[in-house]
Amino acid sequence: MSGPNTQYDPVEVAALDPAQIDAAVQSAIEGIAAADSLEALKVARTEHQGDKSPLALANREIGALPPTAKAEAGKRVGQARGRVAQELKARQQVLEAERDERILADERVDMTLVPDRRPLGRRHPVELMGQQMADVMVGMGWEIAEGPEVEAEWFTFDALNFDQDHPARQMQDTFYVEPPDAGLVLRTHTSPVQARAMLERGVPLYIAVPGRVFRTDELDATHMPAFHQLEGLAVDEGLTMAHLKGTLDRLAAELFGPEITTRLRPSYFPFTEPSAEMDLRCFVCHGNDPDCRTCGGTGWIEWGGCGMVNENVLRACGVDPRKYSGFAFGMGIDRALMFRTGVADMREMIEGDVRFNSQFGMEI
Amino acid sequence: MRVPVEWLREYVEVAPGTTGADIAASLVRVGLEEEGLHGADITGPLVVGRVISADPEPQKNGKTINWCQVDVGDANGTGEPQGIVCGAHNFVAGDWVVCVLPGGVLPGDFSIAARKTYGHVSAGMICAADELGLPDDGSGGIIRLAELLPGADLVPGQDAVALLGLDRVTVEINVTPDRGYCFSLRGVAREYSHATGAAFTDPVPTLARRAPHGSDDGFAVRLDDQAPLRGQPGCRRYVTRTVRGIDQGAPTPAWMATRLTEAGMRPISLTVDISNYVMLALGQPTHTFDLASITGPIVVRRAAAGETLKTLDDQERSLFDEDLLITDGGDRVLGIAGVMGGADTEISGSTTDVLIEAANFDPVSIARSARRHKLPSEAARRFERGVDIELAPAAAQLIVDLLVEYAGGVADEGATDVGDGLPAVSIDLDLTLPTRLVGVAYDEDEVVDVLRQIGCAVEVSGDRARVRPPTWRPDLTTGPDLVEEVARIHGYDAIPSVVPRPPGGRGLTRSQQARRMVAELLAGRGLQETWSAPFISAQVLQRLGIDVADPRSQAVKIANPLSQEADLFRTTLLPGLFDTLRRNVSRGARDLALFEVGLVALPDGQGRTAPTEEPGIRPDDATLARIRAAVPPQPRQVAFALTGERDRTAWWGPGRGADWTDALEIVRDLGQALGLTLTTAAAERAPFHPGRCAVVTVPDGRTAGWVGEVHPKVCEALELPARTVAGELDLDVLLAASEGDTLSAPVSTYPMASSDVALVVDDTVPAARVEAALRAGAGEHLEAAALFDLYSGEQVGEGKKSLAYRLQFRAPDRTLTTSEVNAARDRAVSRAEQETGAFQRGA
Repeated sequence: MSGPNTQYDPVEVAALDPAQIDAAVQSAIEGIAAADSLEALKVARTEHQGDKSPLALANREIGALPPTAKAEAGKRVGQARGRVAQELKARQQVLEAERDERILADERVDMTLVPDRRPLGRRHPVELMGQQMADVMVGMGWEIAEGPEVEAEWFTFDALNFDQDHPARQMQDTFYVEPPDAGLVLRTHTSPVQARAMLERGVPLYIAVPGRVFRTDELDATHMPAFHQLEGLAVDEGLTMAHLKGTLDRLAAELFGPEITTRLRPSYFPFTEPSAEMDLRCFVCHGNDPDCRTCGGTGWIEWGGCGMVNENVLRACGVDPRKYSGFAFGMGIDRALMFRTGVADMREMIEGDVRFNSQFGMEI
Repeated sequence: MRVPVEWLREYVEVAPGTTGADIAASLVRVGLEEEGLHGADITGPLVVGRVISADPEPQKNGKTINWCQVDVGDANGTGEPQGIVCGAHNFVAGDWVVCVLPGGVLPGDFSIAARKTYGHVSAGMICAADELGLPDDGSGGIIRLAELLPGADLVPGQDAVALLGLDRVTVEINVTPDRGYCFSLRGVAREYSHATGAAFTDPVPTLARRAPHGSDDGFAVRLDDQAPLRGQPGCRRYVTRTVRGIDQGAPTPAWMATRLTEAGMRPISLTVDISNYVMLALGQPTHTFDLASITGPIVVRRAAAGETLKTLDDQERSLFDEDLLITDGGDRVLGIAGVMGGADTEISGSTTDVLIEAANFDPVSIARSARRHKLPSEAARRFERGVDIELAPAAAQLIVDLLVEYAGGVADEGATDVGDGLPAVSIDLDLTLPTRLVGVAYDEDEVVDVLRQIGCAVEVSGDRARVRPPTWRPDLTTGPDLVEEVARIHGYDAIPSVVPRPPGGRGLTRSQQARRMVAELLAGRGLQETWSAPFISAQVLQRLGIDVADPRSQAVKIANPLSQEADLFRTTLLPGLFDTLRRNVSRGARDLALFEVGLVALPDGQGRTAPTEEPGIRPDDATLARIRAAVPPQPRQVAFALTGERDRTAWWGPGRGADWTDALEIVRDLGQALGLTLTTAAAERAPFHPGRCAVVTVPDGRTAGWVGEVHPKVCEALELPARTVAGELDLDVLLAASEGDTLSAPVSTYPMASSDVALVVDDTVPAARVEAALRAGAGEHLEAAALFDLYSGEQVGEGKKSLAYRLQFRAPDRTLTTSEVNAARDRAVSRAEQETGAFQRGA
């Protein structure tokens, strides 16, 4: 850049002619607008903003002007250059945005594809059902107890008031353990844990026992030699059948929805007196179809047995029946799953076909 | 128990229009659950017809059919005779018959339509008894109504459904073991009355009044039980009656045959049918002897060693010494009391005089005999539940009445009635007990009323009552038994619903929560949870390569397994899991990852036995300890099995087949999830590959289990896919080891420095040893040591491998200098050199 030339007359310097400057600005605006890519804009930038651009040349001439003319010329050129810079910046932003958009568009993939590198496993729905039932009981302030599957006959039968010779003991379809005097069976119900809990924890007691039980039933659509029960036992002062019904109603409502209807009907179990069966209103026909296959037309589905703990059971477990009363219930976890999910064939629950599990989520 | 409604009406008023479903609904309220409804399964036109002509037409196939014209009145819409082809020949023109016309449906969903047959259009069918679901009427073919219903006013075209009782309904109910008396129409009728308030007429008092008292001129009977069971004499009462001159040719009346059939029993002969009829009507099993075949006296005694009996079902049976026997003169065995009679004193066609036995036997004695001989007879079913002690004379009287009426017999005046009977039961009831146990505010009068209604004698004194239950309710022995009666007669639907308020629990235990977490972790890592019946066999263990010395061969043996291939309780989860794996493979699955959590039983081989006790008695502590000790330890295991691709190959690129590293990864996952450092070491154990099996230990050195690749021979024997990977760990050991809180260390924010080392060692040196040496040598600032490369091949020489580790260092309080890091690395390397013979690669 040359030094100021005080001899110059600005009027004679063509580059500073306002018309010329306007023309240069106009030409720059057009050139910038015409740039259709960042590369073209780079060329336009050199052309209109570079060292050899008309406005740069004009700027260079300002120094040669007499001080009186400098201010005005400087202002004129400065505004012109500012205008061009603004245009360039704006165009740059537009073109960059277009480029970015193009790149993103090019990177588009098919988001309907399902990458299945390692499919998720599943919990078994029966386990989830048992867990959910246990959680309802825990929510009511009960605790979860457990016991062995190969169990002493005393815990399985004697403690529960099953007399050695009573038909009820024979009706259990029990797996016995050799030798015959071992006094061991595969538990036919989760009820032996009642006796274990009373003896070990004492009373008052509120326990639920989810667990596996065994009967000598061949596997078919409606029987499994091994299946699952949830046992409940409450022993406290002043407990009545009303508390039993309240507990079962709450459990049923949590599992099957608040609109579920339940009923108790008289029944018989050696370990309870009075005894009852708990029925649920048929989910399918709601009692309106005499030919319903789910409930056999009765309108009710049997869910479990229950009753007030027999005084003999309390005595066998060292609890004074004059002071304490209790209630107990036992119901099928597998059956609850069938009611909830419509599993029609029990074999599907025990066979372990992964397609069965995969129908369900990780909670049910 | 099947309850024919027509029969029920004999003892209780059933309002007109009451359906079978109504009756079932009433009975279920008092505890008799509906099992099903039967009958009334004929629809469409079934009418009375009169045969106008029956022309026999021989056929080419050798048969002769009758081409009949039958007057069915207006039932066919025309009034013209109905043309029907009939294959039976036991009728002639003029006979009254039963015709089903086109549009009718017979039992078994058998629809009738006009059809061409034997050159005629046969418009319907002339019916035989079995085609209508009726008992055999003795006609030997089609029903002849004039003989079946003598004196009936018959009109052609008249509806035959009602005429033959085919609109009759039978309600089938389930009788719980405490309600033996409901194995009779009398008992069910009483319960129906309780449920509905309908008037009940007990048939027994009238019969009992007419029955003669026991006297010396009755048949001699001696009760001689020298070995009562549990202190109870085997026979409590023995009543006999004698009827002479009966006609064995006399038929069972149709009404009785119908009732028996509806109740589910097949009519056999008049004498047998009467005995069954009385059992169903009143609940008293009886037995009828051919009087000519016994000399007497009847002696009731226990069996002696070596005695045998050929029973009515023609089986020769060895008798057990606890069996109670009915004998002739003490020597010849006539029958097993209350279970089944002998074949050679059975009533035959030549029998004219019969001895009727109506006895009452001890339930325990009958239950044991029936069980031992596997004879769950109708009689045994009633006796083992307890039969009304007052029933015997009434039942014998009803048998006598029926034999006299239908078999033309004459009853002897005398009767036998011996036995000690039963002591009267008396219950001292606190009248507030029903309210306290049921939660319904019954007033005391209500309680007393209900008890009287069910037949109890009640004497009230203050707020207590002395209650004597009726003889047909031997199940009522305690206060709560009576409470159930009050509750059920008053209605269980009156019981309110009240949620109890427990004192508040601890929630799930840590172990229960951790178990859920483990299962969720495995599922999250791609494993499917399955479960299986816990039965295995010695053969399966053998196929797994588990030898007899292995503790897993000491399994609990099941005395009555469903099959011999499932006679042991599992000592390992693997056989069941492998079955599940194979089942999935056979159904087309290829890539599988399964796990199962469950109990195994590991008996210690001491053969301890668990004593049993009478109900209602708390065993002493020593006995309880013996009971507990006899129950084998049953740890909870978690097992897994993988086959096929662990990571799948598909459009995203190549995957990876499951291998032994996945088994180790699962161990790593479980350890990290439980906050445990699990160590693996090479091990040999069935059913794993000897070079690809690891024993897993918890920090205190206890063994948690084994994992690895399944032995190729085991895969072959069990038909598992080659290179199946599996493992089994003791969850109880893992959870116990993870008890206790973890203490948090501060997390340093100073920069990390790393240094890589490549060490060459013998092939046989386990990486874990090298890493342990590096860690020990590197000192306190080592943050991590990660194996990032494993190489064996030419560059490191035969029998060698190169392990490349990245060592990461960091100090808690400053930035480490390069020289500090290098010094630590050098210490690590030299420690590894000393302990494992390693040398630095390229050094």
